[in-house]
Amino acid sequence: MKKIYSQIQQIAGNVITVRAEGVRYGELALVSSRHGRSLAEVIRLNGDEVSLQVYFGGRGISTGDEVQFLGHPMQVSFSENLMGRIFNGSGEPRDNGPALEEEMIEIGGPSVNPSKRILPSKMIRTGIPMIDVFNTLVESQKLPIFSVSGEPYNQVLSRIAMQAEVDLIILGGMGLKYDDFLYFRDQLQAGGAMDRTIFFVHTASDPIVECIMVPDMALAVAERFALQGKRVLVLLTDMTNFADSLKEIAITMEQVPSNRGYPGDLYSQLASRYEKAVDFQGAGSITTLGVTTMPGDDVTHPVPDNTGYITEGQYYLRNGRIEPFGSLSRLKQMVNKDTREDHRALMDGMIRLYANSKESVEKRSMGFRMSEWDNKLLKYGEIFEERMMDLSVNRPLEEALDVGWEILAECFEPDETGLRSQLLSKFWPANNDVGNIAGQETA
Amino acid sequence: MAETKGNVLGVNGNMVTVTVDGEVALNEVGYIHISDDTRLKSEVIRVQGNQAEMQVFEQTRGIGVGDTVSFTREMLAVRVGPGLLGQVYDGLQNPLPQLAERCGFFLDRGVYLDALDHNAKWEFNPSVEEGARVEAGDTLGTVQEGIFDHRIMVPFSVPGTMTVSTIKGVGSYTIDDTVAELQDEHGKNHACTMTFEWPVKRPISLFEERMKPDEPMITKVRLLDTFFPVARGGTYCIPGPFGAGKTVLQQITSRHAEVDIVIIAACGERAGEVVETLQEFPELTDPRTGRTLMERTVIICNTSSMPVAAREASVYTAVTIAEYYRQMGLNVLLLADSTSRWAQAMREMSGRLEEIPGEEAFPAYLESVIASFYERAGVVRLRDGSIGSVTIGGTVSPAGGNFEEPVTQATLKVVGAFHGLSRERSDARKYPSIHPLESWSKYPGAIDTGLVEYCRDILRSGNEVDQMMKVVGEEGTSLEDYITYQKSEFLDSVYLQQNSFDPVDGAVTVERQRHVFRIVFDILSAELDLPNKDDARVYFNQLRQRFLDYNGAEWDTEEFRSTEEDVVKLLGQKRTSTDPRAEELRRQADAGVGA
Repeated sequence: MKKIYSQIQQIAGNVITVRAEGVRYGELALVSSRHGRSLAEVIRLNGDEVSLQVYFGGRGISTGDEVQFLGHPMQVSFSENLMGRIFNGSGEPRDNGPALEEEMIEIGGPSVNPSKRILPSKMIRTGIPMIDVFNTLVESQKLPIFSVSGEPYNQVLSRIAMQAEVDLIILGGMGLKYDDFLYFRDQLQAGGAMDRTIFFVHTASDPIVECIMVPDMALAVAERFALQGKRVLVLLTDMTNFADSLKEIAITMEQVPSNRGYPGDLYSQLASRYEKAVDFQGAGSITTLGVTTMPGDDVTHPVPDNTGYITEGQYYLRNGRIEPFGSLSRLKQMVNKDTREDHRALMDGMIRLYANSKESVEKRSMGFRMSEWDNKLLKYGEIFEERMMDLSVNRPLEEALDVGWEILAECFEPDETGLRSQLLSKFWPANNDVGNIAGQETA
Repeated sequence: MAETKGNVLGVNGNMVTVTVDGEVALNEVGYIHISDDTRLKSEVIRVQGNQAEMQVFEQTRGIGVGDTVSFTREMLAVRVGPGLLGQVYDGLQNPLPQLAERCGFFLDRGVYLDALDHNAKWEFNPSVEEGARVEAGDTLGTVQEGIFDHRIMVPFSVPGTMTVSTIKGVGSYTIDDTVAELQDEHGKNHACTMTFEWPVKRPISLFEERMKPDEPMITKVRLLDTFFPVARGGTYCIPGPFGAGKTVLQQITSRHAEVDIVIIAACGERAGEVVETLQEFPELTDPRTGRTLMERTVIICNTSSMPVAAREASVYTAVTIAEYYRQMGLNVLLLADSTSRWAQAMREMSGRLEEIPGEEAFPAYLESVIASFYERAGVVRLRDGSIGSVTIGGTVSPAGGNFEEPVTQATLKVVGAFHGLSRERSDARKYPSIHPLESWSKYPGAIDTGLVEYCRDILRSGNEVDQMMKVVGEEGTSLEDYITYQKSEFLDSVYLQQNSFDPVDGAVTVERQRHVFRIVFDILSAELDLPNKDDARVYFNQLRQRFLDYNGAEWDTEEFRSTEEDVVKLLGQKRTSTDPRAEELRRQADAGVGA
């Protein structure tokens, strides 16, 4: 009995206005034009004037086109059949597979009751020492990778996706270059992770409205799987494109912009997506890793700035490496006390020495004379970058900690590291001279 | 008069336009009925002719044109009464744990639960007799709520003077039982239970006089209590970029502050941070009372992904509960984290109302709204002579960490203390990362101002030397300057910085602060026999190491005394004389204490 309306009053950008009755806010409609059919969502009601946001964009829509309201908000299919499939921002397959219509669930559901949340306690191992050792990723954490365009952030994401110990990976691609989309697909196929991956991909050439739907669909599906007990990793790349789409639509809707053209609710919009990261008591969890490209490497740009206030830390990707300074996992204290007794001390000690070596580099570049200690630090800095920071390094945590001790032993005497003697005597590599630690203690 | 009804005319985001058939009031609460069993709470925010614009405290998806709207004739209000302490509410005072029992993991919309337990029995002790003349806010009796005598008061909205016609005797009652009946001058009877409602946006002003806040509120954070004190009944703000430690500082304060009751308003921030408080507070003991911290805490929690309009309400809900307990002669601390999210909620609504935007699209009334919120803090003398206070501390999350933005600036105009956090200090792991030179406080502290100013001067000159040294290098700096620099670094590392994870150093009593401060002062004001810079560096390193051990020693123990002796002895080895200006300040301070 769904009525069809064919009186489009206004078309502006992606937004069309029709006269209709009995329509509900947030309801979905199907717009049929000569160029094909597109979903559209009700974004404003004013008497019998209904404004809809057309997913495929307003281009080519004529005033005589038909609008059919579907009586429900945006939904996405949820079942095991999603595994290994690729969808676009409207939830339609883009892998030539069959469309899925079983068990439709609403997207953008309510947020989790804070009193039902639990403290995160499980580490996610990635095999990347700069993450595992220095800024541990924790189950149910939300973390963005702050980066500049051109950095290999998608490579980092795909590596984490393949190596992370999770049950399920959901990739939400927003404004993805087509090559990058293919890269992800090929990498995951080659790595044998495809059958536990679901793609929701909006590429740069797709209509802008679909970009906004991607995180909601990815997270709605993730939430259901998590409730079934799965540990889900959601990768969102790139959230800056998501924010830019919000901006574009807000401006079309003649909303008053707040900061650099972004809508005033940018914070709430980002938060409602990132806050979906959760550990369900007695069920699974959602961990979210996002990518936020910083225009002009400016961390005070509204998108990285608002993101930083929402997420639990950030990874800075710079010059192809995860920077130890600035990068922060706010939840690492929750897990790195239970990994290995030397983890925390080694982490702090190595970073402190690396910071010192950076100072020596600066001193050298300013033409100051290098002391013997400076030279040691310089050597340490180089080895540290090569064996720890380089993104090609792939080691489990324990092995990475051992390598850490080896690097220290190669560059320093034990008492130069500032680490507690108890740890030194236990972990300092045996083929190096440990005698002087005992000497230190008696002295 | 007939009840006003309305119908939905339009929907735009979380704002709904309604045509009404009768009277509506600004800020009146209404419910939008989207189906037979689901109604969404909303508040009237603008009235034009027979149209009212309402902000909906829930997601608006599913609202249709023509849906009926019912009005309550009441403004958004908080339910007060015994049983508030220890509760966890959302911004509209729905108890979240009970909501979880009902709805499970998610916050289903349209579910509103009672804020207080109707079945709990309270031991009532009357404190007035029949025939007594009472006014709004006067005490009728008390019940024991945890460690507090919770006053059962004449509802704040009762007009004029009344006569107590009946009062219940000692006994246990639920909050809904009538405990007293009051007769007004027309002979009409008003029944009083232990609970009533009060509109959140109206300050409670039932007191004799508002006094000047001049008694320090001890937080056990040295940098605050000594350098940037907050007074009971005062206001302060903590602006800082992300990752600078705003929330951690608030958490520390919520644990250690020497007040009776703490209200935490988690407004638009991460849910995970609230969870930490939720899980840790019931386990932590309040050293002052021996009970858990939860028993003196109320948490209002409207985190970032919860609906925006309720976020705007949450700070008002919190401050109203704070004022209610103040009326019992208690000292209440309200911590709002973060007021920027609250301001952003106002900005979103203002945008939907298509108001002419001010700076960065914040509404033009931003400043006056912020000012009137902070003005709800204060020390008051109640009619029975007891003193109560509400202290408000709000964090601000400035965009890009730039303090020039409107919310920070509007807040700075009205607060009595500014604790500006610095990214530089937090990156250097110097916690608390309050900038010691840029922050300020207008309140008197627990330690003599003259002595504190002397130390501040050293920090200032030390900073200047540091800047200079970056250009001319250590070689180009005079020995005297270098020692000043070492002194300021010493003060920073042993007194300003504090390890909040350390069981001893984490919370320093004011007694200990006074004691330790004198030793720091002795060191800073000493003329030292240090012939060259290397000696100076080595000496201050030793001094710092000893002092850190001293900071880690428990108060009034053998270890405390021996580590103190180490420090004093080391000072004695190199001290030749004392700066005469410092001597004079010390004499004045001692005289002040003696008087």
